[in-house]
Amino acid sequence: MTTMEERPTREVGSARLRKEDDRLITGRTRWTDNVVLPGMLHVAMVRSPFAHARITSIDTSAAKAAPNVVAVITGADIAEEQGGLPNAWMTTPDQVAPAHPAMAVDRVAFAGEIVAMVIARSAAEARDAVELVDVEYDELPAVLDLKQADKGDVLAHPDLGTNLSAHYVLDSEQEGTGGSVEQAIEEARTSGVLIEREYRQQRLIPAFMEPRSVAVDPTAEQLTVWSATQVPHFVRVFIALVLGVPESKVRVIAPDVGGGFGGKLQFTPEEALTVIAARRTGKPCKWTETRSESLMSGHHGRDQWQKMTLAAKKDGTVTGLKVELLANMGAYLGLVTSYIPMLGARMYNAIYKFPAYRFECRNLFTNSTWTDAYRGAGRPEATFAIERMMDELAAELKVDPIEIRERNWIKHEEFPFHTVSGLTYDSGNYEAATDKAKQLFGYDDLRAEQAKRRQAGDPVQIGIGVSTFTEMCGLAPSRWLGEQGYVGGGWEHAAIRMLPTGKVEVITGTSPHGQGHETAWSQIVADRLGVPFEDVEVLHGDTQIAVRGLDTYGSRSLAVGGMAVLAAADKVVEKAKPIAAHLLEASVDDLEFTDGKYGVRGTDKTIGLGEVAFAVFHAHNIPEGVEPSLDADATFDPEEFSYPHGTHLCAVEVDTETGGVKLRKYACVDDVGQIVNPLIVAGQVHGGLVQGISQALWEEAVHDEAGTLVSASFVDYLLPTTADTISFDIDHTVSPATTNALGVKGVGEAGTIASTPAVVNAVVDALRPMGVSDVRMPCTPERIWKAIRGGGGTEPTEGAAMPHFDESDVAERSEGAGQ
Amino acid sequence: MTRINVTVDGASYSDEVEPRMLLVHYLRERLGKVGTVVGCDTSNCGACTVHLDGRSVKSCNVLAVQADGHEVTTIEGLATDGELHPMQRAFHEQHALQCGFCTPGMIMQAIDLLNDNAKPSEEQIREGLEGNLCRCTGYHNIVRAVQAASGQQPAEMSGTTEGAAS
Repeated sequence: MTTMEERPTREVGSARLRKEDDRLITGRTRWTDNVVLPGMLHVAMVRSPFAHARITSIDTSAAKAAPNVVAVITGADIAEEQGGLPNAWMTTPDQVAPAHPAMAVDRVAFAGEIVAMVIARSAAEARDAVELVDVEYDELPAVLDLKQADKGDVLAHPDLGTNLSAHYVLDSEQEGTGGSVEQAIEEARTSGVLIEREYRQQRLIPAFMEPRSVAVDPTAEQLTVWSATQVPHFVRVFIALVLGVPESKVRVIAPDVGGGFGGKLQFTPEEALTVIAARRTGKPCKWTETRSESLMSGHHGRDQWQKMTLAAKKDGTVTGLKVELLANMGAYLGLVTSYIPMLGARMYNAIYKFPAYRFECRNLFTNSTWTDAYRGAGRPEATFAIERMMDELAAELKVDPIEIRERNWIKHEEFPFHTVSGLTYDSGNYEAATDKAKQLFGYDDLRAEQAKRRQAGDPVQIGIGVSTFTEMCGLAPSRWLGEQGYVGGGWEHAAIRMLPTGKVEVITGTSPHGQGHETAWSQIVADRLGVPFEDVEVLHGDTQIAVRGLDTYGSRSLAVGGMAVLAAADKVVEKAKPIAAHLLEASVDDLEFTDGKYGVRGTDKTIGLGEVAFAVFHAHNIPEGVEPSLDADATFDPEEFSYPHGTHLCAVEVDTETGGVKLRKYACVDDVGQIVNPLIVAGQVHGGLVQGISQALWEEAVHDEAGTLVSASFVDYLLPTTADTISFDIDHTVSPATTNALGVKGVGEAGTIASTPAVVNAVVDALRPMGVSDVRMPCTPERIWKAIRGGGGTEPTEGAAMPHFDESDVAERSEGAGQ
Repeated sequence: MTRINVTVDGASYSDEVEPRMLLVHYLRERLGKVGTVVGCDTSNCGACTVHLDGRSVKSCNVLAVQADGHEVTTIEGLATDGELHPMQRAFHEQHALQCGFCTPGMIMQAIDLLNDNAKPSEEQIREGLEGNLCRCTGYHNIVRAVQAASGQQPAEMSGTTEGAAS
């Protein structure tokens, strides 16, 4: 037990070891798949192997006759009961979307879509019986390629008559926040510099380590649903709305959740169907996905084409930026699918003072797994494209890439700054972060080494990549969300219960799944109430305990949820005040609260908050007309986004003979505002970095021509390992947010947003003397090798991802195996 | 069904199992050892790593019947008399876990690594943990935890100085 003497003077800012760890390092964990209830049945899904097909018949008789199978349910069986899965974001008033049943009834629109489910007494028996469900399909023409989808000659959903879901435009001239981009482009064409590029944001898979799982108990008064979700409060509302269960009869629990990264920000078909399974059988039912199922049918991320036009003067001052996107929705609109690209709409201008800006995006349907939130959501795409463009501009003008950024960025004395995309950045210091990053990185030394290797014609060349970024996070002011067509709000809720023994329960509406809220919230409350860190218990993730909440995503938990906790703590202090005054026989006006004690000014009379809590518990001596409770609730709705920023520098070694890339050094300085726990912040940065680096170098979800996901296991979907990665040099500058009392900005997505362009810029920097100005992501050795030899480097992955043997080989093998 | 006799975390068990049952399913479903988890179906992720007679195995890659007559240690059997194993303590102290799903397998593999090589270099640590995936930490602090558990001073953790928040 930590003694008072060892206690830091302030909890906020200290590197407290995490409260959460003890359970997790000893295996005393409660993952959803651990839930076992009397008579529990197991659900397994039958999924379409075709990207687009009509279901002509389903024969379930063999599956029904299999051992211990309780029921087999098809889409036709539940067509009236299953409702439609929600899209919560009307990106444009005329947004088009197909109906989205949890289980396909007569047509499937992507490979992996559910067509039937088997309910059996064991998971193994359910999976065995899935193989016995005989589904006949009539294949339909499928559209998979995003640019082909934009042509509209093959339709993902013929009934819609179009592949275009929405066309979103943000133009600074129309908004009155800047000038005309077309005029800037014209001027640059005649007398300045015009850079035109097209970038591909490949499709990615969130790939959280804990596969999704849902367990439903229909036997209590409330339907109890455990789910491996980031958003238990959303799931509760949608079970009510979609399945017609009164909300008050639904309890959702997100127990220990093994990562999410946006991938568990969803109301899933499997959640709806497991509820239906439990309702139909009257028994507890559980569904846990296999990894292949997860990669194929859990929502994907990114998948855009980005057409960029940057206009500048010859001195490097940018005069305008035009962004034209094609964004792949996949086959359906999930919870926030349609607005993901737009979360980047205001971020392409990044940290720069561009006078004119236009953004447009065409949201298109294809016959593929739907896309939705993945760490960074819209902002990594924006940061990638603009940071690649700034490097291209620097190369064109033959100046250092940091110098070109300096010429255009907002200077620290110019905050608050109204941007060309209509946001107001409250604080930041790009100069300070960049200076610190350059030192940490050893920028000048590495540049010198690069020059030496270039001169010597070393087969291993060095590339240095720069990425300066900002993001809008802390989702989000509710009023702003409403204006943008989102059906929900962006507030967060917290409650504090003062227990008679002086312990404190903090209830948060955020739903952590690795972020360490139990520790960080305890630090905030310990400081505010003057109670020991160990005496604070943080409760979350159960809608019967955390009764109100909007959960965890978009780097919002601290900037929004932490503020709600702070507000609830302040209310407790205020509520206890008249009672403390009464007990001290003093006037409320003479009381001051410091270090957990109320004292009477000018005397040594004090009473601790814990003592007041006990007095309230027995309520023997409470002032007249005062409620005997110290408990408080608070809901915080932010007035503005927060804007973390940072400078990331990456050095890679590129073997020009093999195309292989090795990370040499990575240094970054992030400004995430005030830091509550530096240990947790560092962890968030490290993990974010690797996810962003991984997009640059390794990951891609690849479909074959028929729409089958060929990277549907961890054998083929390349998650990096310890052996692929390096240790990082990270540091911070602190420009407190001025829009919340904690001064915090958010750190969950920073690393992922900034690192991808840093790495690709480094790869391109290494190759630029060889005439290479782009390599498509992921920058595989094959692409780099071809780029060096003038053979491209920007061709799609599909071919390379196919099995490398010919068809006669395959036939022989399968015959040999007696298939 | 086949009868097996297995010692798991120091206790003896005797069970009838289907020959196709994987060790990880036996541990989770029959013994309630749910601290060991399943993260994939291709033996890539290593989340299910346990020790079989003191050597690390991916328990999704071993049949329960193969454990007959052998001794299994899971993450739940590492702490003795309420004392954490030094590797568990190192993971906690170096913030080498976030969501914690890969952690049991990662810790079991890290212990095996040090059993083979008591003072591994960073490169040897990185090679030794290659079969275990983590999506949260970027591996940075996992490497540091193994360095710490092997009695080597991990590199200064950058960005975590008290001053950072002042």
